[in-house]
Amino acid sequence: MVTENPAAESVESFRLRARAWLAENMRRPVEGESGRKTAEEEDWRRARELQRRLYEGGFAGICFPREYGGLGLSPAHQRAFTEEADGYEMPLLLNIPTFAICAATILDMGGEDQKRERIGAAIRGEEVLCQFLSEPGGGSDLAGLITRADRDGDGWVVNGAKTWSTWAYAADWALCLARTDWDAPKHRGLTMFLMPTKAPGVTMRRVRMVDGSDEFCEEFFDNVVLPASAVVGEVNGGWTVASRQLVHEKTAVGGGSPYVSGRLRHGGLRWEDLPEVARVTGRVDDPAVREEIGEWVAMSHVRDQLIERVSRSIGDGVLPPAATAFMRLFSAEASQAANDAMLRIAGPAAVVGGVDEPGLGRLVGVRQLMRQESSLGGGSTEISRNIISERVLGMPREYAADRDVPFREVRRGRGADERRA
Amino acid sequence: MDKEFPLARVRETAATGGRGFRGWWARAAELGWTALLAPEELGGGSVSGEGVRDLALLAETLGESVAPGALLATNIVLAGLVAAQADGGDHAAVIRELVGGASIATWAVYEPGRPWEPLEPGLAATPVADGHRLNGVKDRVELAGEADLFLVTADTGEGVAQFLVPADAGGITVRPQWSLDLARPFGEVRFDDVLVRPRALVGAVGSGAVVARQARIAGVLQCAEICGGLDRVFEMTTRWAADRHSFGRPLDSYQALKHRFADMRTWLEACHATTQAAAAAVQEHSPDADLAVSVAKSFVGDRSLRILQDCVQLHGGIGVTWEHDLHLYLRRATVDRALYGTPEDHRRRLADLTLS
Repeated sequence: MVTENPAAESVESFRLRARAWLAENMRRPVEGESGRKTAEEEDWRRARELQRRLYEGGFAGICFPREYGGLGLSPAHQRAFTEEADGYEMPLLLNIPTFAICAATILDMGGEDQKRERIGAAIRGEEVLCQFLSEPGGGSDLAGLITRADRDGDGWVVNGAKTWSTWAYAADWALCLARTDWDAPKHRGLTMFLMPTKAPGVTMRRVRMVDGSDEFCEEFFDNVVLPASAVVGEVNGGWTVASRQLVHEKTAVGGGSPYVSGRLRHGGLRWEDLPEVARVTGRVDDPAVREEIGEWVAMSHVRDQLIERVSRSIGDGVLPPAATAFMRLFSAEASQAANDAMLRIAGPAAVVGGVDEPGLGRLVGVRQLMRQESSLGGGSTEISRNIISERVLGMPREYAADRDVPFREVRRGRGADERRA
Repeated sequence: MDKEFPLARVRETAATGGRGFRGWWARAAELGWTALLAPEELGGGSVSGEGVRDLALLAETLGESVAPGALLATNIVLAGLVAAQADGGDHAAVIRELVGGASIATWAVYEPGRPWEPLEPGLAATPVADGHRLNGVKDRVELAGEADLFLVTADTGEGVAQFLVPADAGGITVRPQWSLDLARPFGEVRFDDVLVRPRALVGAVGSGAVVARQARIAGVLQCAEICGGLDRVFEMTTRWAADRHSFGRPLDSYQALKHRFADMRTWLEACHATTQAAAAAVQEHSPDADLAVSVAKSFVGDRSLRILQDCVQLHGGIGVTWEHDLHLYLRRATVDRALYGTPEDHRRRLADLTLS
């Protein structure tokens, strides 16, 4: 929850101060420099350095409480800062998952020490956080995971595997969800841990995607030892923590997180890309192309308007938290509509490039290969549709064969059984 | 609204082609349906001080009941008259009459065979010694047969100009046109040497600002009206899907249908979001108001029909029967989609606004 500082300065005053500070302290990157999806060591070093600079300037962790190193200001202050920071080099790599998902979850569910240490270090640019949630054997059924944590004296020993961990190779700590009770039904036998990513027994591998990016990682745990203080929330109460985490994830992916600082590219796309494709292909005066451009301008505005309205409605209690799924679903649709419009406008230029460089091929063609990313990442849109129909519209829930069954007795697919208890 | 104008009465009105609401309109005016865009000194005013947003809420209510009436027509004209007060020309008396509900007015802007080009009228206003003479034809004029006053957009040879012309002026012929909306009639208005006095001029000759204001108000009200209808139809359809059983289980327990409801509910939220954003931008006279209205109209115009047609589909065959109320909403949304700029018109406009 965002707690506001009652004696906060006004948004306008904060905005003016931010404007002056940004001009004095931050750099405007050269065109085409950002938007990459592969970040190497140098980019991460730079992100931490920029975060440190924000912290020292008094503009880091705007919506995090002061006692954990933040400023305790409102989402309106954050929005103002983001507007002012547009065009400046910002530590965007740290937005998701470090701040918007992990730090936000620790703030909601963590113990005092965890909040003070992890959130504080992230705000100072000293630590990067990631999530160890999904597993190679499970898709949308997160709670059916089989990575296990067994008690060992006061502490725990973790064995298993995780995947789809964004930026894990650059992270210091992970929120890791593991099974701690195999006799309880699946949601009730899970515990969330804070795990150092460099702990002995953790092996990490990067996952290469069809567009060449490799932000995702896969991890294997071989007798990873964790202390009792690593538990976030209650033992066997991990699903409660994960649920908060998923809400934060949907909010972040949908573009509505108050913990994101700096302009995020929705699905890696900006509406300016579409006119650019039209210009490069010489079709900017074609009325059909202009309609395509107009439609995408509308979609991108409607997406922002929807995010604003839904965030406000959830804040006011007019809509339940599950309504974040609206943003997630619509953002995916808008992103895919843009991919498709670009493909139509670019025509052959999307598939055969120049002699020395790919030209529009990289912007349009390769992006088409990753089109479904926007409806898969952060939970598939099929799950979002279940959430909306069941938790916003109150329609009957889907049948689940594993409900109220001890997890030990739940049937699992081939491959999963090899790793089971 | 449900009490004053239940759907059964909408159907009765339909039998008379959307006429016969005048008695009811005077009461609507008493409730403030005509007051929101006019300043207090001219009999208007809005409690919240945000007349455009309040008017959009009213249009939503109207849309929920697909009622007849002059909410759009009269308020579009009022928007123009009030905006033109600043350019000299005094229409205070007419504004008072319209606010009081004694008169209704409508915008004569479209011309036969021509698309949405409000700033390029073909109807000629020829300067004469004591004013102008109007010659030409307007069509798709809402409530043409009911209106007491036409706000006519014309070409003076020196630029676009608008004139307020009484419907009973000499040289005017009105013929009703077929309308898809049973409760919202349209007509053709022919002007043969209609003499208008200088005081009939609304706004300055050659200035498109007043016309643009009318178009913005029209767009906001259409989107709001559509949103109201969508709310009602979506509610009807979710109730239907919960009550109706097939193969021993309720329709809304099927995932294939639940997912469509989820999409529709998301789009419905998006329709409201963009409509309110447009209303706010027009309210605040934002420099992005034209953009916001075109964003809303292009999105809501198309998305509403996707939602409504899917609601028809989910109802099954009864959804395409005359006795079911769905078609009343579908008619209204289809008419709103097409007039004052189609989604395609607004998309090209968005390209013009953003590719400069």
